[in-house]
Amino acid sequence: MKRNSWQEYQKDVADDGYYYLRSCIRQNFFPGSEKAFIRILREELGRDLYDDPAHTSCTGIGYHSDVVPHQTIMTVVARQFALAAEAGYENLAVSCITSFGVYTETLETWREFPEVEEKVREDLYRATGRELRKPKNVSHASDIIFHHREAIRQRAKYPLVNRRTGEPLRGVEHIGCHYAKIFPKEGIGGVEFPYVLAGMIESWGGEVVDYPERRHCCGFGFRNYIVQANRGFSIANSQKKFESMAPYKPDFIVTNCPGCPMFLDRWQYTIAEIEGTTYGEDGKGIPVLTYEELAGLVLGYDPWELGLQMHQVDVEPLLNKMGTEYDPAAKYLMPNGKYIGRPEPAMVNLGAE
Amino acid sequence: MPQFGFTISQPRAVNLDTNDLVPAEKILHDLPELQTCIACGSCTATCTAGNLTSFNFRKVHTLVRRGEYREAYEQMDKCMLCGKCRLVCPRGINTRAVVMKIKRELGDY
Amino acid sequence: MGKEVIVVGGGIAGMQAALSLRERGAEPVIVERAERLGGKLAGWHKLFPTFTPAEEVLGPLRRRVEEAGIRVLTGTEVEELVPGGVVVSGGRRLAGDATVVCSGFELFDARLKEEYGYGIYDNVFTTVDVERMFNEGRVATAQGAAPRRIAFLHCVGSRDEKVGAHHCSRVCCITGVKQAIEMKELFPAAEIYNFYMDIRMFGPGYEELYRRAQLDYHINFVRGRISEASQTIDGRVQIKAEDTLVGRPLKMTVDMLVLIVGMKGGASNGSFARSGGLQVAGNGFMQPLDPFAGNVLSQRDDVFYAGTVTAPKNIGESLNEGVAVAERVAGYLKL
Repeated sequence: MKRNSWQEYQKDVADDGYYYLRSCIRQNFFPGSEKAFIRILREELGRDLYDDPAHTSCTGIGYHSDVVPHQTIMTVVARQFALAAEAGYENLAVSCITSFGVYTETLETWREFPEVEEKVREDLYRATGRELRKPKNVSHASDIIFHHREAIRQRAKYPLVNRRTGEPLRGVEHIGCHYAKIFPKEGIGGVEFPYVLAGMIESWGGEVVDYPERRHCCGFGFRNYIVQANRGFSIANSQKKFESMAPYKPDFIVTNCPGCPMFLDRWQYTIAEIEGTTYGEDGKGIPVLTYEELAGLVLGYDPWELGLQMHQVDVEPLLNKMGTEYDPAAKYLMPNGKYIGRPEPAMVNLGAE
Repeated sequence: MPQFGFTISQPRAVNLDTNDLVPAEKILHDLPELQTCIACGSCTATCTAGNLTSFNFRKVHTLVRRGEYREAYEQMDKCMLCGKCRLVCPRGINTRAVVMKIKRELGDY
Repeated sequence: MGKEVIVVGGGIAGMQAALSLRERGAEPVIVERAERLGGKLAGWHKLFPTFTPAEEVLGPLRRRVEEAGIRVLTGTEVEELVPGGVVVSGGRRLAGDATVVCSGFELFDARLKEEYGYGIYDNVFTTVDVERMFNEGRVATAQGAAPRRIAFLHCVGSRDEKVGAHHCSRVCCITGVKQAIEMKELFPAAEIYNFYMDIRMFGPGYEELYRRAQLDYHINFVRGRISEASQTIDGRVQIKAEDTLVGRPLKMTVDMLVLIVGMKGGASNGSFARSGGLQVAGNGFMQPLDPFAGNVLSQRDDVFYAGTVTAPKNIGESLNEGVAVAERVAGYLKL
């Protein structure tokens, strides 16, 4: 692909010593992803990462749904910063795209309006007795995986290659809107040709699909999804992307946002139910992964430990192409062997066996 | 099918890849000066019907030229054929003829 | 021995200034950074609004400069304007009694508008590429096919805060109309769409050409700026815009997307200003002493301007300034 412009957008990503800021919804949507991130950082890469039970939601969903005021969210953000500093960390690893947008937006607001920062500093102290200290580096967790992508490649058990044909697997990368559409300089590769996920795919042996609606939003849009009557145009945006990417026959979609994989995955089911349309091979769906899940698969982690049974679109076609070893019988079992139930057969799934 | 409580919204974009431009080309072939419209809005400003209804001659003929014919015929029913629009048009477009042409060509949309 | 006048830049304004200065008895020397006289016009095929070959303007100017025996230093760049002359590449000093800066403009680098994918997508071109194709006599898509659908996008690098350009480059609107007509003549079956925000037809015969483009050449003018371009699976270009006159988004796939690139201030303007006590205007062009009676004068008595170094201009205006500046230089040097 003729796109070297990403090299002109280099951002500093800290190499070690991360304070992990978890997402409030990802642990429900994709419960194995954050766990995989911690395991990769600590066990594979030997990095220091602090997973602090004291930090809270950034309240970004409330902020973007017009229920949390700007002053309030900035104070919540200030508390997270204070917690990181108290724990002795100056580099933030942010799991959620919207939180990342909120943190960068807050820092930029304070840079432009120092008096706002002073007000927040006072509010934080009055409310919690904590001292605001700003972080040195704020990176999205996908920036950090990107930063370590070559180290992951060196440890790869299953590269993104079709085991049977030897061909690279074709990956669609989908970037969350709040990653670089707020501040293009905060994204690896900027906003038009972001490279953060493309770089992972290429490093791990796959091929990136550049399709016409690549830059289009998945349609999540907070209040647009939260209000049931508005979901029609949330789903229509995802559908626009599926229609555009399907001719390229992607083997998987990888995302770096909490909402996008949720909607790109679940809406495939909904579209199939409403219209009977599917976009993957053999009338099935296109598997949708988070970047931690993708990294985990490349490193040879067990797909059920990564939480891939929680996806609406079955991931087995991808696992089979990669040559991943897995136990089909264990898919719906907890680690302790307890049966967790299984979804009703649907068009985007492999169906009842 | 499960009841989701919503349906998939249809795109509003004018899609020039799928729109059938042949009827529009036929109209422009007969009334080529319509292509010189510079969207000044004089026609709509002076329109007898447009001051009382949502009739907007400029917008309807622009949509027709993009292959969007739906309701164009019905819209033209609002025209009172007074001809003031033709008097004010700085590009000399025979606006009444456009109205009649749309009624003749686009009755099926 | 006459008074020596250094003419910085050998484009049309510089050549005309040198010729007019010579007629008044001065000794002009043209310092041109390229290997040949001609400036930006040297790459152009035909000129708006008459479709006159660019060579018909350039050829006689070059010939007259040669016939007049005007000294020309090609392959030489002026680095600084110093009292009593200029410093050229290599640090050599060139003495002169006055300096006329005719260093022109730069073309906007279309790659900066990343959303259009210039340099990345095969079928995204600029107006400069199209002139080159006209000159080479081979206009085709990257796949070597005759285009069936072409979109032109006006104001790329003009009127755009995101690239630091608040100004209008003026000549691009008519360039887009001219190239659309030329494309239609080459490919009569092709559909051509020009996406514009305002059509600014400031020169004689321009508005008339715009009307002919609509009426005789069936060029479609859509009022709306393309928001992004993407490559389709078959190597074409998908574009999105709003048809603002009907208030609806519009999308279409084209075989070629041509970005009508604007003019920006010369790259050397900053160093000229720093070295010579001159001013650069907010739009990046040099700031003349005043925009009325002093539009070929600078803040320094011995430095003058002609052509697009001070603002986007068409050929006639640039040539006129070449004539006018000689009058002002003559007054200053008491020729």
